[in-house]
Amino acid sequence: MTMPFYVAPEQVMKDRADYARKGIARGRALIGTVYQGGVLLCAENPSRSLHKISEIYDRIAFAGVGKYNEFDQLRVAGVRHADTKGYAYSRDDVDARSLANIYAQYLGQVFTHEMKPMEVEILVAELTPLTQVGELYHILYDGTVMDESNFSVIGGDSETISERFSVTFNKDWNLKEALRASVAALAGPERKIPVSELEAAVLSESNGRRAFSRLGHLQLDELLA
Amino acid sequence: MSLPMFSPSEDPGPSFVEVISRILPEKSALPRLISGPDGANYRSGSPISVPHGTTIAAVRYADGVIMAGDRRATEGNFIAHRRIEKVFAADKHSAVAIAGAAGPAVEMVKLFQVQLEHYEKVEGSILSLEGKANQLSQMIRANLPMAMQGLAVVPLFAGWDILRRRGRIFTYDITGGRYEEVDYHATGSGGRDAKATIKLGYRDQLDTASAVKLLISALLEASEEDSATGGPDPVRGIYPVIATVSEPGFKRVTDEEIAELTQQVLADRADRGVAQ
Repeated sequence: MTMPFYVAPEQVMKDRADYARKGIARGRALIGTVYQGGVLLCAENPSRSLHKISEIYDRIAFAGVGKYNEFDQLRVAGVRHADTKGYAYSRDDVDARSLANIYAQYLGQVFTHEMKPMEVEILVAELTPLTQVGELYHILYDGTVMDESNFSVIGGDSETISERFSVTFNKDWNLKEALRASVAALAGPERKIPVSELEAAVLSESNGRRAFSRLGHLQLDELLA
Repeated sequence: MSLPMFSPSEDPGPSFVEVISRILPEKSALPRLISGPDGANYRSGSPISVPHGTTIAAVRYADGVIMAGDRRATEGNFIAHRRIEKVFAADKHSAVAIAGAAGPAVEMVKLFQVQLEHYEKVEGSILSLEGKANQLSQMIRANLPMAMQGLAVVPLFAGWDILRRRGRIFTYDITGGRYEEVDYHATGSGGRDAKATIKLGYRDQLDTASAVKLLISALLEASEEDSATGGPDPVRGIYPVIATVSEPGFKRVTDEEIAELTQQVLADRADRGVAQ
């Protein structure tokens, strides 16, 4: 019988984290921010059909960066969880906090026990029913959860983008201002992102029960003009 | 609850019914046979006494379809509820109305609504109108054991077909058989009278107000011939639930509009000299 080589747990965790981070850093970034009466999610995404941003439930949206098949699997699981919970209890009992915790537990479990960690970073956004303010949960590949009530940047080069974005951020801005600042922060000073390579969606009070709606290219053109 | 993850070979796909039977088997959406004390299934005997919903109707009009249902639920010869609602939005572009045992029917509608929305979210696209009608058919078929024991659910399904750009109406039998109607249909205990009334008053391309009036008089006639169908009740302010489904989506006609049109229907009858 051969004995496996001893590897220090610190090394194992570091290797896994590096692996996951490398995978995530390859993708483009995504910004989630609150604005007056809603939450905006905005990403750089050249594909029109493979979405990074999606609806989970009445007032909950999902955004993921990294490996598409992995975060899409998480998205579908989130929809299944939310719909089941809403069906078994009530639509009012489905909230983002509990969903974020379940995601965190799953990602943490995969990170320590599976062959390879998931190369994803996700954002669960909610427009809270009573106060109508946005709440963002940022979940990392290892299950770390951070909650943000202002904005969150996930994906490649997120630190630089976050710095750029925080300068312009204003909690009470409207959708137009929030979108312009998000696109500018994603692009940086040297670049301009064409509308065809943007994906954006909002959770907005004005949409009724299902607060989620995508911003089509026409709407984006209008808002960015 | 934990995160519902499935291996690719066991993935339930976009079906919520399938998902819920895997993760909450005790809440399984599929009804089972009700067993007697000795484990035998009840076959015949007196039907179980539960509230039953009654007359529902649908007609095609210029912009799509309109659905209506009276507000009465009966339990044997008693009136169980005066204000029950039998017409629901299934999703943005379709509506479902129920007749039969109210409990399983309302539960079926709830499941149907979640099923359609679940498909839409998981797949990122909306089911075709026929796809939706088929889904409902499967749910009714799953209810067959209950139907055999007296808890039949017979819905009416109608919606705006986005691809063909017209309203369509589907009817069902207890085995899940699905039939498409051309212009109108009514079902439930007063369905025969309601349908005859619609048949006499139906014209192609009715406008909204005329179609709503036609449905109001259909339910009125049914309520006068059938004791299980509730008529308009201006004293309590109870009127039938009527909803239109057209290109912009599902929209309920307000009680005020229905109250006013009901007055017109009654006035028309008085003009014709029909004894009230």
